[in-house]
Amino acid sequence: MSIDLKLYDAIKDSGINLILSLPCIMLKGLLQLIEEKNEIQHIPITREEEGVGIAAGAYLGGKTPAILMQNSGLGNSVNAIKSLLQLFKIPVIFIMSHRGAEGEKILAQIPMGQLTPDLLDLLKIEKFIIDSKEKIKIIKNTVEQSKSSEISAGILLKKTLWGVR
Amino acid sequence: MKRFDAIKRIVESLSNELIICNIGAPSRELYNIKDRAENFYMLGSMGLASSIAFGLALSRPKNKVWCIDGDGSLLMNLGSLSTIANNQPKNLTLIVIDNGSYGSTGNQRTYTSKKTKLETIAKGAGFESITVINNEEDIIPILKGLKIGCHFIKINTLPGNAQVENIPLKPEEIKNRFIDSISR
Repeated sequence: MSIDLKLYDAIKDSGINLILSLPCIMLKGLLQLIEEKNEIQHIPITREEEGVGIAAGAYLGGKTPAILMQNSGLGNSVNAIKSLLQLFKIPVIFIMSHRGAEGEKILAQIPMGQLTPDLLDLLKIEKFIIDSKEKIKIIKNTVEQSKSSEISAGILLKKTLWGVR
Repeated sequence: MKRFDAIKRIVESLSNELIICNIGAPSRELYNIKDRAENFYMLGSMGLASSIAFGLALSRPKNKVWCIDGDGSLLMNLGSLSTIANNQPKNLTLIVIDNGSYGSTGNQRTYTSKKTKLETIAKGAGFESITVINNEEDIIPILKGLKIGCHFIKINTLPGNAQVENIPLKPEEIKNRFIDSISR
């Protein structure tokens, strides 16, 4: 089974039933599966912060939302994470491709890529790293834990998960 | 007509709609005109009212959702118009009170007081139902006459805030009673 399919199945099994996305080359296969299978509601967004708002509204209405994005989008979402999600205790799952880390060839990705793990800590978002296919199974627990604690979670998907692209 | 007058008419048009209300003076004015569990007062995250309302509308297709947004706030999140217009939830009405100013911060002018027309941006984003209201007496008949659909309504008002009290509710209180009011 491909890595993308394993990720897809784990996301679906975790109870996530709304995905808000901005693309990343690392997420290409996963996004394609989400579209093809058409089992999880999927809304492409224009900016990650917008996704935080949509996710918050959907949570109020009873959904379990996740934002699928590149880690650069975390920077675009900082104020909304603090003054919407944490202020109201609204948990959202951020599933991020981690660009600008090990094996990165594009220089512009590196500053934000290096900041990302520390930024998650600063933001008090629980951080989970998936760097091999064995770790994909943590998605289910992460979602359950985030919902019961009402604290958002950040899942970083590393290049090594797919082998360096 | 100022924002306060517009919100009063909006409230008079309500049946059981869920409201997502923009941060700052609009939320304070709504609270003081008519507090209800079905009002979600944004306390932070300026710009995201329309996004929160869209997410709510998606997740509660049987409820009607009204968003009270402002010109300064919507200008911060114009991409939201594209997202909403392309997904067209049938239960969402975006009401933008355009007073051409950042009311909560001292009425500094926004670009809608000059060349920018939000209704034109909404049309370009793909909204099919767009209404501009200039007279206070038109608000109630227009809102009460809304059919199922995804609507963009702009109400032009003068700048200025009403002198009202702050919202004494804690964030979790606002959230919990809102969620309870939906599942009731």
